[in-house]
Amino acid sequence: MSKYLLDKFLFTVDRDPDLVERYRADPVGTVDWWEREMANRLLGCTPAEDSTWLAFTEAERAALRGHDHVALFGLGAHPFLTLTLFIAMFERDHGPLEYQRAYARALDHRTLPYPDIST
Amino acid sequence: MATVAAVIASTHHPFYYRASTSTGGDRPPFADEWVAKIEAFRETLTRARPDVLVMVGSDHFHQLWLDNMPQFLVGKAPFFDANFHNEEREFGLPRMKLAGQEDLAAHLLRQGLDAGFDLAFSNELRIDHSVTCPIITLRPEADLPIVPVYTNIFAPPMPRPERFVQLGRAIRRMVESWPAGQRVAIIGTGHLSLELGGPRQFGEHGPDPEFDRKAVEWIATGDVDSCLAEVTLDSLHTPGNATHGFMDFMLMMGAAGDGVAADYADSLDLFHTMEAYFTWYPEGTPA
Repeated sequence: MSKYLLDKFLFTVDRDPDLVERYRADPVGTVDWWEREMANRLLGCTPAEDSTWLAFTEAERAALRGHDHVALFGLGAHPFLTLTLFIAMFERDHGPLEYQRAYARALDHRTLPYPDIST
Repeated sequence: MATVAAVIASTHHPFYYRASTSTGGDRPPFADEWVAKIEAFRETLTRARPDVLVMVGSDHFHQLWLDNMPQFLVGKAPFFDANFHNEEREFGLPRMKLAGQEDLAAHLLRQGLDAGFDLAFSNELRIDHSVTCPIITLRPEADLPIVPVYTNIFAPPMPRPERFVQLGRAIRRMVESWPAGQRVAIIGTGHLSLELGGPRQFGEHGPDPEFDRKAVEWIATGDVDSCLAEVTLDSLHTPGNATHGFMDFMLMMGAAGDGVAADYADSLDLFHTMEAYFTWYPEGTPA
């Protein structure tokens, strides 16, 4: 499990408008590039100080490649990060609040306790 | 010494700015009632004639991140730029710039550290909608210097609810001991029941109206004991997965004082989450 890295992907993509569009258009390519080039970037430090050990599990990689917010919820990704990024990518294709409500309906099978989001 | 001119606790709803400024077909049906309630709430701060605002809020994974996450942080800087790209994108919030009150920030840091709160600090902090929403609702002129105090209600492990109450009590004492003849309003924002990114989000009401009813009662009556008896880090998952933001209301209950009823209390049932607004006047209600 690398919930921290899932959250790091969602966080770093969401804050970059170009990356949001790139992830929307090409999820597989963006996830593969990000894991290869960005996953070990220590934010706030120079690239010479990159970390050396961060990688997704296969299930995490598949959830991100599949734009699968239900799977991300199950894996313990931070729900605020997932929601914010997915609204940025997909709200535009729907009427007011339609996307947010469909997003919730897709998670209707989840009951308390929700997956642990501790990192 | 400084005077605590008002203690104010509020929800921070990022949709208010867009709802209140939209017109014609874009204006939601609840906007007029919402604006009327906000304008009445705003008057409670105006009447207190504050010189400085201590603003308690929580960064929503904007500047503060999991590689270096403070539990409580005081912003000490001459200025604070405000609002982030994703808040413009999702909520239409404007970019803002607020002046800082560095002397009060330094006082809170020194006194807080000496009182057993290991407060982090930031000398370059971009503040987000947890602080700018109450500026927009309560002081849209944005003309007063602020001291932002950020709490972690977002990234476990978090401090327990008791710690939020204790910090609120300490902030009240520390403001009162600030050797400046200034009138300080202590303003904090959080949430009632709230679900974000889960199955109960964006419903017709907040995810747990019964929790909201109890929470409003606790805050309005200053019933810290009943609130602490019922609210734990674990229990806050039940009303909604983002309800830990209620701990910022608990901090403000500590600042207002145990058993001290609010001088002003109002709420508004909206889709997705309930709004709630409270003001205390430690000096007595201004004329």
